[in-house]
Amino acid sequence: MRVKKGLSGAGWQPGDEPFSPNGALVDQGALEPLLRGVVISIYNRLMTPQSRPALGEQMASRPGEPLISFKDVRIGFDEGDVLRGISFEVWPGETKVLLGESGSGKTLIMKLAAGLIHPDGGRISVMGHELVDMGEKELLDFRRHLGFVFQEGALFDSLTVAENVSFRLREEGGVAEEEIDRRVREVLSFVEMEPALDKYAAELSGGMRRRVSIARALVDRPRVVFYDSPTAGLDPVTSQTIILLILRGRDSQGVTSLLATHRVQDVFGLANFRLEPGTDRIVRVDGNGARPADQEGGAPPTNVLLLREGRLYFEGSADEALRSSDEYLKKFLVSAG
Amino acid sequence: MPEASVTPSVSSVLLDALKRQILVVQDYSLLAFRSVANVLTPPHYWSDTLEQMDLIGVGSLPIVVIASVFIGGVMVLQTAAQFERFGETALTGDAVALALVRELGPAITALLVAGRNASGIASELGSMVVTEQVDAMRALGTDPIRKLVTPRVIAMVTMVPLLVAVADFVGLVGGFIVAYFTLRLGAVQFWTRAVDALDFGDLVQGFTKPVIFAFIIATIGCFEGLRVKGGTQGVGRATTSAVVISSVLVLVVDFFLARLLLFMFQHH
Repeated sequence: MRVKKGLSGAGWQPGDEPFSPNGALVDQGALEPLLRGVVISIYNRLMTPQSRPALGEQMASRPGEPLISFKDVRIGFDEGDVLRGISFEVWPGETKVLLGESGSGKTLIMKLAAGLIHPDGGRISVMGHELVDMGEKELLDFRRHLGFVFQEGALFDSLTVAENVSFRLREEGGVAEEEIDRRVREVLSFVEMEPALDKYAAELSGGMRRRVSIARALVDRPRVVFYDSPTAGLDPVTSQTIILLILRGRDSQGVTSLLATHRVQDVFGLANFRLEPGTDRIVRVDGNGARPADQEGGAPPTNVLLLREGRLYFEGSADEALRSSDEYLKKFLVSAG
Repeated sequence: MPEASVTPSVSSVLLDALKRQILVVQDYSLLAFRSVANVLTPPHYWSDTLEQMDLIGVGSLPIVVIASVFIGGVMVLQTAAQFERFGETALTGDAVALALVRELGPAITALLVAGRNASGIASELGSMVVTEQVDAMRALGTDPIRKLVTPRVIAMVTMVPLLVAVADFVGLVGGFIVAYFTLRLGAVQFWTRAVDALDFGDLVQGFTKPVIFAFIIATIGCFEGLRVKGGTQGVGRATTSAVVISSVLVLVVDFFLARLLLFMFQHH
């Protein structure tokens, strides 16, 4: 049996339309079957990518709009379909963790969300931008407002640590040299890499590279950050340090993030700990990452998406994932853990 | 019956292959166009361009100098015997000058630079693709074509003609040295004839070609590098094909350019 829990808790059965927490666009049952198709297609054409009045009422009950929204996103390559209709949303302040076996399309989802690749079908909206309708030039401007941490760090190896981190600031132009220097030092001290300022990427260890990469992504204080397997290939201690950094970024800068990983510890680290407001201390919270950010004592919500064979197999809070009785999910959590 | 089922699949396979090739050509044309169009709009990456000029221009100087000295020399060795038969050894200067400026200077320099820099560009950009540095650049809001391709194209297009000028001169020096020692040809006689043999059309031909060759080498190197797939092995393949494709294209384009330019200047 397939398990599929939405944030709204709506049930989902195999054979249903791809899961959409917001429900159908219009009340399809009220229309004559013949007219329905025509009306819906005209409606969709007219209303995309502008706001949809039909959604307005449902949206009003939610805190603002989702920062990231995937609707029935499909993509395939020569070897076959990798994503077969993925729909999900990431809300402000939320950390969405993508779990899945290697090759399940986690990195692909990140790259789609950053507009680095285009889907074969479906809609992707990030921070109010409809990515499918945008050209590369617009996408370049759009990407300046988000952070991306690549799997191996992807630091520019012909540049020093400081040059890597300041890359975006210099590209934007108009930022004074002293300001660049101050911000680079600030963000490097945040990831505890200030002493390595003048080193080249090739001289750094794997963990150091990830840290510099995180610094590079955070230097311009983006609202949304994508972390592509930030702990892959690192020892447990270093992995923990990286997760703590991500957690600090989340709690001190209010970063909303999409994080791919195959380590279950990462999920529970983010769900069960938070930065104590006003201090530099990491404290354990009451084991429920699904609590809203504004709730006393809760960590910002950490939710899990499990990918399997190109579809979303499970969607829910970290706690729900742990308590689920689904065999595959259990097997995945145990073997990954 | 089997024929009926086999024929469409063969044709569809061929059609598919053809479509892929056309797509590759389309992608290449787009890259080539955008690399040039970027020159017209800011931002410009002048420091990257200067770095590439140093790498391509200064870096290729030694091999271009050595190769052209010997090519000039060997030309005199090979032609001297023929000129001696007719007692016209003085014509050696003409022959070396014309052959070098019109043909050998541009072609040999382009082939050397293709071997040295098309491979270098393809492997550098290819490694950047494989290690996601190109994606990282795009994720940081920087256009990789503007930052990586355009500086290389500008550097190549400005440096290769200069290298050709050096190659032409050094080739003539090589020719003169051999002519002096084997044919006992005087310096005045050799150089006067060499310079007199050249007219405006030859120079136009000799310096139009390197610009076009340089554009081919830089864009093919970048294109092969940026479309790398499949890890380090892919980088190796891209490096090889960058050299092979750009060298062959240089020779093919050389023929047609020669035809065109000879047509334009033959009455001069």
